[in-house]
Amino acid sequence: MALEVVRAGVRTTVQDLGRPGFAHLGVPRSGAADAGALRLANRLAGNSIDAAGLEILLGGVRLRATRAVTLAVTGAPCQIMVGDRFCDPGLPLAVPAGALVTIGPAVAGLRVYLAVGGGITVPQVLGSRSTDTLSGLGPDPVRDGDVLPIGPVTALPPGVDIAPYPPPAGSLRLRVWLGPRDDWFTSSALATLFAAEYRVSAETDRVGARLTGPALTRAVEGELPSEGLVLGAIQVPADGQPLIFLADHPTTGGYPVVGVVDPGDVDLLGQARPGTPVSFINARR
Amino acid sequence: MRVRRAGPSAVLLELDDDDAVFAAYDLLSAARADGTLTASEIVPAARTVLIDGVTSPDRITTLLKTRGPSTPSPAAGSSPTIKIPTWYDGEDLDDVAALWNTDRAGVIAVHTGTEFRVAFCGFAPGFAYLTGLDQRFHVPRRPSPRTRVPVGTVALAGLYSGVYPTASPGGWQCIGRTQAVLFDLEVDPPALLAPGASVRFVEVG
Repeated sequence: MALEVVRAGVRTTVQDLGRPGFAHLGVPRSGAADAGALRLANRLAGNSIDAAGLEILLGGVRLRATRAVTLAVTGAPCQIMVGDRFCDPGLPLAVPAGALVTIGPAVAGLRVYLAVGGGITVPQVLGSRSTDTLSGLGPDPVRDGDVLPIGPVTALPPGVDIAPYPPPAGSLRLRVWLGPRDDWFTSSALATLFAAEYRVSAETDRVGARLTGPALTRAVEGELPSEGLVLGAIQVPADGQPLIFLADHPTTGGYPVVGVVDPGDVDLLGQARPGTPVSFINARR
Repeated sequence: MRVRRAGPSAVLLELDDDDAVFAAYDLLSAARADGTLTASEIVPAARTVLIDGVTSPDRITTLLKTRGPSTPSPAAGSSPTIKIPTWYDGEDLDDVAALWNTDRAGVIAVHTGTEFRVAFCGFAPGFAYLTGLDQRFHVPRRPSPRTRVPVGTVALAGLYSGVYPTASPGGWQCIGRTQAVLFDLEVDPPALLAPGASVRFVEVG
């Protein structure tokens, strides 16, 4: 029982909710860049929320299941076809054995998520099946011709007509908790952070979303000894342009972290295309 | 000690020195093991300990106050020293010897004569930052990093010594190599050098 990859697309990886608990050994958490979208896809496919599915950058994938399966597609909106039938995202799809599943290009957002009933059961590495693009742990990115094993179905898909979820936003307003190193920045830099509009740069990947906009000027010069990093940390390197850490972020870093994006808003960055305007609001207010 | 917030569910403890970092790390790890602390990650670093995935950050301050962050670490000295068999034939061995005003044998004597401790891990899975070198032996990074440092390379930068667990780019001064496996997914824990461990380099050949 397996999912055959007819066409893998530009960058498709297996992702679950990552491997927390090993950061003290230098192991990143990894996991789905839009974890909420993967959790929803899993629920729709009748899986537990931490089952492994596919994270498909920009869509454009063809798959074939060797047996009848339930699929669910969430995240970036795209056209879905099962055989010659058009299907919708956000609901369980009954796919007959041998049918060709075509995920079209994402029309907005960055990452399409696909869950299959039973989950993708490639071997676990430190408790997770996620591909970590920073450290190389976990399975290799999916390639044309790969055959991905599927686990046994443990539950029926839920009886929903459709699970609505918002499309990727055209611009983001992210809640930010200042600190731990906001005192390394001038007060005008902090004012700029909450007043200026930044844009997601083209150098954005699973490690982090790089932003371009007004530089954040430091009040403290010199090097910061390396310290632990959390998901959503806004690190400010020497050029003053903020970098927001996503799923595959390193465990420690030596540039000051001016603030942390609220965990409830980090998924939005996992769907933000280069050029997307980003502004920040103070979460503590 | 200073407590800083890192978002709504993490706390960054800022400490005075290595020993205070170890003590806090040990205390918090023990508290998590015995169920008094809930946390997804406890990450020591140069001068800080990050506690992530905490439900009530105030509880950490209470814990450290009641148990005392300055109590000597029970793990220190009690765990066996990990020995790293090393061939001292690194490309930067002569440069390091010049920086230390000695020769190759002098570098080897200092490096094998130092009792190192894993201050923290980072950079890559299983990469340990080892402290213990006397301040006069601290060396700068290479002016430009190498694009590929082979697996098992023993190297120095700043106050640290380290061993590359996988081949990667790197700017540290390479003094030797080892066949010790630094990161092994079949072993629990997967990292040979975990925070707090005592380490000695032993010359081979």
